[in-house]
Order: sequence, then structure tokens, then C-alpha cells
Amino acid sequence: MTHDSIDLPGVSHARLRTYVVGFALSIALTAIPFGLVAFGLDRFPHSAILIAITLAAIVQIVVQLHYFLHLDRTSDQSWNLLAIVFTVLIIAIMLLGTLWIMFDLHARMM
Amino acid sequence: MFGKLSLSAIPFHVPIIMGSVGVVLLSAALILALITYYGKWHYLWHEWLTSVDHKRIGVMYIILALVMLLRGFSDAILMRSQQAVALGADHGFLPPGHYDQIFSAHGTIMIFFMAMPFLVGLMNVVVPLQIGARDVAFPFMNAVSLWLTVFSAGLVMVSLGVGNFSHAGWTGYPPLSGLHYSPGTGVDYWIWGIQLSGLGSLMTGINFLVTILRLRAPGMTLMRMPIFTWTALCTNVLMILAFPVLTVTLALLALDRYLGMHFFTNALGGNMMMYLNLFWIWGHPEVYILVLPAFGVFSEVVATLCGKRLFGYTSMIWATIAITVLSFTVWLHHFFTMGSSADVNAFFGIMTMIIAVPTGVKVFNWLFTMYQGRVRFDTPMLWTLAFMVTFVLGGMTGVMLAIPGADYVLHNTEFLVAHFHNMLIPGALFGYFAGYAFWFPKVFGFALNEKWGKRAFWMWVSGFYLAFMPLYVLGFLGMPRRLEYYTNPAWHPWLEIAAVGAAFILIGIVFQIIQLGVSIRARETTRDLSGDYWQDGRTLEWSTSSPPPLYNFAQIPVVGSRDAFMRIKENGSAAQRPVEFHAIHMPSNTPAGFVIGVLAFIAGFGLIWHIWWLAAIGTLGILATIIARASHDNTGYFIPAEAVQATEARRTRAPGEAGRAGLNVFKLPGHAAHVQQGQS
Amino acid sequence: MTTTALSHDASSVHQHAESVNNAVFGFWIYIMSDCILFAILFATFGVMQHNYAGGPSGKELFDLPYVFAETLLLLTSSVTYGLAVLAMNRKNKSRVLGWLLLTFLFGLSFIGMEVSEFQRMILAGNGPERSGFLSAFFTLVGTHGLHVSFGLIGMLVMMVQVMRKGLSIPVQSRLIRLSMFWHFLDIVWIGVFTVVYLMGVM
Repeated sequence: MTHDSIDLPGVSHARLRTYVVGFALSIALTAIPFGLVAFGLDRFPHSAILIAITLAAIVQIVVQLHYFLHLDRTSDQSWNLLAIVFTVLIIAIMLLGTLWIMFDLHARMM
Repeated sequence: MFGKLSLSAIPFHVPIIMGSVGVVLLSAALILALITYYGKWHYLWHEWLTSVDHKRIGVMYIILALVMLLRGFSDAILMRSQQAVALGADHGFLPPGHYDQIFSAHGTIMIFFMAMPFLVGLMNVVVPLQIGARDVAFPFMNAVSLWLTVFSAGLVMVSLGVGNFSHAGWTGYPPLSGLHYSPGTGVDYWIWGIQLSGLGSLMTGINFLVTILRLRAPGMTLMRMPIFTWTALCTNVLMILAFPVLTVTLALLALDRYLGMHFFTNALGGNMMMYLNLFWIWGHPEVYILVLPAFGVFSEVVATLCGKRLFGYTSMIWATIAITVLSFTVWLHHFFTMGSSADVNAFFGIMTMIIAVPTGVKVFNWLFTMYQGRVRFDTPMLWTLAFMVTFVLGGMTGVMLAIPGADYVLHNTEFLVAHFHNMLIPGALFGYFAGYAFWFPKVFGFALNEKWGKRAFWMWVSGFYLAFMPLYVLGFLGMPRRLEYYTNPAWHPWLEIAAVGAAFILIGIVFQIIQLGVSIRARETTRDLSGDYWQDGRTLEWSTSSPPPLYNFAQIPVVGSRDAFMRIKENGSAAQRPVEFHAIHMPSNTPAGFVIGVLAFIAGFGLIWHIWWLAAIGTLGILATIIARASHDNTGYFIPAEAVQATEARRTRAPGEAGRAGLNVFKLPGHAAHVQQGQS
Repeated sequence: MTTTALSHDASSVHQHAESVNNAVFGFWIYIMSDCILFAILFATFGVMQHNYAGGPSGKELFDLPYVFAETLLLLTSSVTYGLAVLAMNRKNKSRVLGWLLLTFLFGLSFIGMEVSEFQRMILAGNGPERSGFLSAFFTLVGTHGLHVSFGLIGMLVMMVQVMRKGLSIPVQSRLIRLSMFWHFLDIVWIGVFTVVYLMGVM
């Protein structure tokens, strides 16, 4: 009578492997930054640690977008990908603009 | 038990307010009495208040907009009257505290409860029809958006008689909007009123984005969409990305006020400039949200009423997309004078000038469309022509203000007030009026009286110039904005002229009300029988009957080109009627949208007056309604094929069908050749 | 008429698939708007992160092992929800309920730890009304926690629906949207632990 399954390739093509790999990568990308900050503050320059934890965060976000949210470059996901890329662009403008404006004001108040 | 609420919240001692409240209550009572007298409660509930039909929802949005236009305009008349007399020893009839609430309410109402509902209403009515769809993607959410907007307008209206409204302007800058300087309920009315309607706007954005991207008729690629739908698409993108910023900004202010936090306080680490920064990150895209649908209307009107394909369709679309992106890069121009360095000001000044360019492209495209077209000076076209001239003038003053150095002289003077009204009234409001005139026959099936339409137009346009051109002069003469009283006699004559302008606009509004009355009374003689009211309709909404059936299209059209309906007419297949009928699945009506609106009002009122149990009931009630709705599976029904067939048969004439019996007494000026001959 | 009846059925199946896809896409767009919401909260935190007003800084307040534990709880819950979706694909109703319950418990523990942290700070006089920095901290982390709480309520509702209605199409559609929400919240948390906690103690 009625179909019993959803027609969403991202969801229906998911496998256990997908989540296990995502989990493993995420744990690593969490443990490393935590480790660096908890134990590495005296060993490494602060700026290097900042860059490292930022990169780790960005990479883990991409990892989770791909392995958990099934975002990829197939045509099926093209509108989702476009939406998030555009959103990230606007966020970048808002964040960079805000930080520039507010820190500029701060400097001129001193 | 009742928080801060007591009988002393009602300003019995202020005659102007009590008079206004009296008028509002009497009007409401009259309407309720009429509904009861004509026995229409059942009809109202089942056909309108519980409707999820985009056409009905759109009409209700526009009704809200027109009603709130009257309220917002009353505030304007009060301000113009006050400023025309309050010179020197004469302090006028409005004390400063009251005057402040009036200008705050005026801006808040005009933007959130007039302009937004008007443009959302037009999108609601038109977009699904233009793309060949049966409804929007999420009809229930559409109803929720409507009722959130209606009931938050209700909150703002209640502030007239119970408590105060904000006196911190429609922008609500701290510290004035903070607890220390605004300890009363005013700012809270403002916060919750626009917070709740903002949620409605966000939902509308999501709804229409999915609708336009996913529900287009087969064959309608993006580059074959009508231009109004394109501007609607970009408007919705702006809504989705900008409104969350407003949501956060208002929430942070509310946290300061309710929980003593320090986002925007002077002490303990607050940063008041952060409010301005965040507010305008939303605020600038907001003005493009207001104007882009109007640009879309103008494009449709120019093409249809000049009998010519829109010039430069592709460049129009790229210009609209450019405006969409660039609108996020200019926001600091709203606070050039607040202490940023020259580098920062220069960057945003340049970006502000750049964003004027795509609009210029659009103006040229409209002009080139008109060139060598058969221009019909019907009301929608008149609004469009007035827009083109007046908006360009205002745009030039915008480029002046975009120069930071000049802005230091002109910021927060009447020059600025003139500029933004010069953008919003011809740019947005005239566009909505043009859309109203253009699509009214489609929605209601009969004509809007042209004579009164033209009269209203001329009063509005002359009134606009009289009311706002003096304000540019006053800006140069040094008059700040938001003054309830002044001592410089040189300003006085200009303010008197401005008051005359306001009176002209008042007459224009009266003429619009008369127009509606006259049109309704004459409706049997002006029925649009073919659906193609302007007879030069280019897009799919004109292929439906007027009004369209509930399901819009008996058969979803297959689209082969841009201006899909014009192509159908040129192919000679416009008179074809469907021969095969299928059952059509439609979403069911539901009271849940209306209920959520009521609960939002209750929650908002409770939060404003610190009646915590009331706020809890409202909030939990909304949560419960959403959960109940989310557990409800069968939210639709089928219209049987036989019923569709019967509805289609009742349509007396398809567009292009000649020689069928029926009344068709209206003629379009200059189009005698197209008049359908009635045979009987 | 048989023709009408057939087209009724065929179109309803088509309707289902299409409307599920639209609902999922619409939910993705909502998540994009939520990204903006959190981005602005992050921006606010970024601007106010040093506004201590004589009060404590992150270094003095934050307990990294504690936050690491919270992070693992939330991350694991994200994975267990994924496993629930796999079970949903295999139409295994009891497995779906099991994984959902586990996800719920991990999520609830995360909230429990967060509430406890907030309580500790507030009782020590370091609540959101102490300084701009703390206002921004409590609001950013608290908004995330509020979202997580709504997700937990959603999970309870869905567990009841799965029990009562089984894995029908509408139920699956809602489970998928809830899964998107849940994964999204773990992604936001990556930003929170990096920007607020890790950078806060440096």
C-alpha cells in the first residue's frame, strides 16, 4: 500500500562505519586541544596553541557535518551545501565586522 | 498576583489617550456587533481564522497592515501638528513624555506592523500562484506567522491604554532603553511586540524560501521565475539571515532588564555600543527586506502595464542578488558619528555608495522597459512613476549621507528623517499600494475604483513632497529630530508646510477608504470574468480565475519559458480548459495557529507586567500546542475530482475565451480592441 | 471511479516523499538561522570576554576536566542518535527506542553537569549579573543548554510517538529532523568549548 521508507540518500546510505569514523575523529580532535591547553601552556607559545585549537575546532566541525549530518558534494546535497556556505560567509562578515568595529571603538576610548 | 499591573496603569487623566482608546474600542465593538448581526461568526472562524490557505492569510496580513497604517499615521498627524505649533512660549499639546512614546510607536508600528505585514501579505497572495503551486511549503507555519504578527500588534495597541509605550524610539538604544532610565513597561511592550512578530517573520522567510526553491511548477527553472518571485526569494534569504540577529539583540536587552545582566549597562562591564552594532546588523538588511518586494511589484507593473517584456531580466536578478549580499556590509553607516576611526567609517561609507549601484541598474531597466511600450496610466503605474522619480531623489540624499564627513553635520537631524521617509514611502509603501491596486481584482474578483485610486494617489504624492521636502531644509538649518518643542523661529514656516503635507496625506488615506467602499458597492458590475484582469498579464497568477479556486490550479501547469502565461496566450492555448480531473490534496484548516497567537499575547502581556504565572501559562501553552501538532499525522484532505470539475465548470470564461455569455462591462483605457463582447 | 482512486493513492505516496524532503530541507534552513543566532552570541562573547569588572575571569572559574567530560557526554549522545537513525532505517522499533533512550540519558547528564556548574558559580556570587563577561558566558552557554533541553523534550515526545505509532513516515521524518537538531547542537558545542573554555583559561 504505502511506501515505508524515506527518500533521503544522505540518511538511508548511512552506515555504522560512518558514525564510528566520525566518533573516532571527533574524540581525537577534542582530546588534542584539551591536552594542549591543559598541559601545553608552558611548553608551547600561546599563539601556536590558539591556532592549533582553532584549526582543530574547524576540522571537527567539518568532520561532524560530513559524518553525522551527511553533508557532501553530491548533487543531492547541493542546496544544503550552498545554504551553509552562504550562511558561513554572512557570519564571517558579521563577526569580522563586529570585532573590527568594537575593537576600533575600544582603542579610541583608551 | 498581578505583578506590576494595577488600575493606575490606565491613563485616565490624559484626554488624548482616552479619546484614542475610546475610538479603538468603539470601532472594535462596532465590528464585533456587525459580525454578530450578520451571523458571520461561524464563517469567520471556519473560513478565515483557522485558514491555512495562503490567499486568505495574505489578505489578513494586508488587512492588518492597512489598519495599522491608520494607527501609525495618527501618530504622524499628532507629531506634525505638535511641531507646527510648539514654538517658543507655546509648548503645544503634547508633553515630552507623551511625544516620545508617539514617535517610538510611530516607527515601530510602521515598520513591524504595517510594512512587514503588507509585504508578507503580498508575497503570500502572489508567490504560490506565480510559481504554479497549490500553497506554500508549510501552510500551518504560515498561519502561525500570521497570528504571531497580529497578536503582537495587539500587544502594542494595548500599550495605548494600559501602561506606557517605550519612549526610546523604534530603535531602543541603551542606556535609555535600559532598566535605569526606562523602569516602566514601555520598553518591555516594545521588546516583546517586535520579538514575537520577528519570530513570525523568520518563519515566513523559511517557509517561502522552501516554497520557491521546491514547489515550482515543472519547467519553471529559476531563470524562468517571475521577477516578483525572485525579489521575494531574496527578501526571504534576508529575513532568514537577519532576524536571528534582532532576536538575540532584543533578548540581551531583555536579560539586562529582567535578570540584571550587563550587556548594555554603563557599569560592570556592559558595552552600549555593542547594541547599536548588533541592532543595525539586523536593521540595514531589514530596510532591504522592506524595499525588495516593492521593487518586484514595480517590475511586474511596468512590464504588464506597458505591454512589454521586462528589459534586462538577467541583470535585474543579479542586481537583486548583489543588493542581498551587499546589504550585510553597510550597517555602520547608521552610526558613523559614534566614535569609529576614519578607516572604519571610510570602509562602510564606500560600501554604502556601492550598494546604490544595483538599484540604479534596476531603475534603468524599468525606464528601458517603458521606452517604446504602450504605457497605461492606471493607478499601479502612477504609483510606479512617482516611485521612480521620488525614490531616486531620496537615494541621492542617501549618497550624501554616506559621506561620513557630511553625516557628521546631518546625522539625527530632520535631514535624516526626510531621507529615510523618502526611501520608505515611495520605495516601499508606494510599491505595496501598487501591488494592492494591481492584484486586488485577482484576489477579490472585482475592480478597485480607478477614479478614487487616482485621487488618492495625487493626494499622497503631493502630500509626501509637502511633508518631507521641508524636512531636508530643516536638516540643513540644524533642526534635530524627535523634538517636541523648539525655539528657533526660522524652522516654523517649514514645519507648517510639513503639517499641510500630512493633511494632504490624510485626505489621500480617506480617499483610499472611500475607494474601497465604492468598489465593494459596485462589485457586481466590475467582475473580472476572465482572470486576466489587465489583459496583458504575463505570469501564471493571471491564468487562474478571479478569485482563484482554493486549490489554485486544477492542473499544475507545465512551464516552457519566462513570462509563462504570456507564452501560453501567444501559443493560443490560453482558452484551453482541463479535461482530466484528479483529486487534489489540500492541507486542513486548524485553530492551532490562532491559539498560538493568543497564547503568545498572554505570554507577552505576562512578561511585560511581571505576572510570571501568566507568562508561564502562555509559554507552556505554546509548547503544548506545538507538541500536540507534532503528534498529529493526518493534516490534509482530498478534494474529490468531481468537485474540482464542478468548480472549473463554474468559471464562466477562461482568459482568451471570446464570445461566451456573461457580464463584462468594464473597459480598459486605450484597449477598446480587447473588450470582450457579451452575447446573450 | 477507479482512475480517480488510483491517482489518489499514487499521488499520496508521492506527496509523502516530497513533503518529507521539503520538511527536512526547511529544517536545514531553520538550522542556518540558528547558526546566525549562535554566531551573534559568540560575537557578543568575543567583544565582552575581558569585561571582568573586577570579578573573576575564565581562568579562575573553568574546570577543564569537567568540561572535557561534558564534551564527551554530548559527543557520545550525538553518535548514539546516529545509531538510532541506523536502527530506524532497518525498521527496528525497539532498537530505535533503546538508542533514543541512551541518547536522552547522555544528554540529560550533560545538562545536569552544566546546571551544576552554573549553580556553583551563582552560589559563589559569580552569576550573570556579576559582570559583562559573565553575562555573555551564561547567555551563550545557557542558550546552548536551552536548545539541548528542548532537544531532550523532543526526544521524550518522539519516544512516545515511536512506541504508540511505530516507525511511520511522519514519525521517521520527525526523527530525522530531531537528529539534525541534535547533531547541530554538538557542532555548536565545539565552538563553545574552544572559544569559551579553552581560550578562556589561556
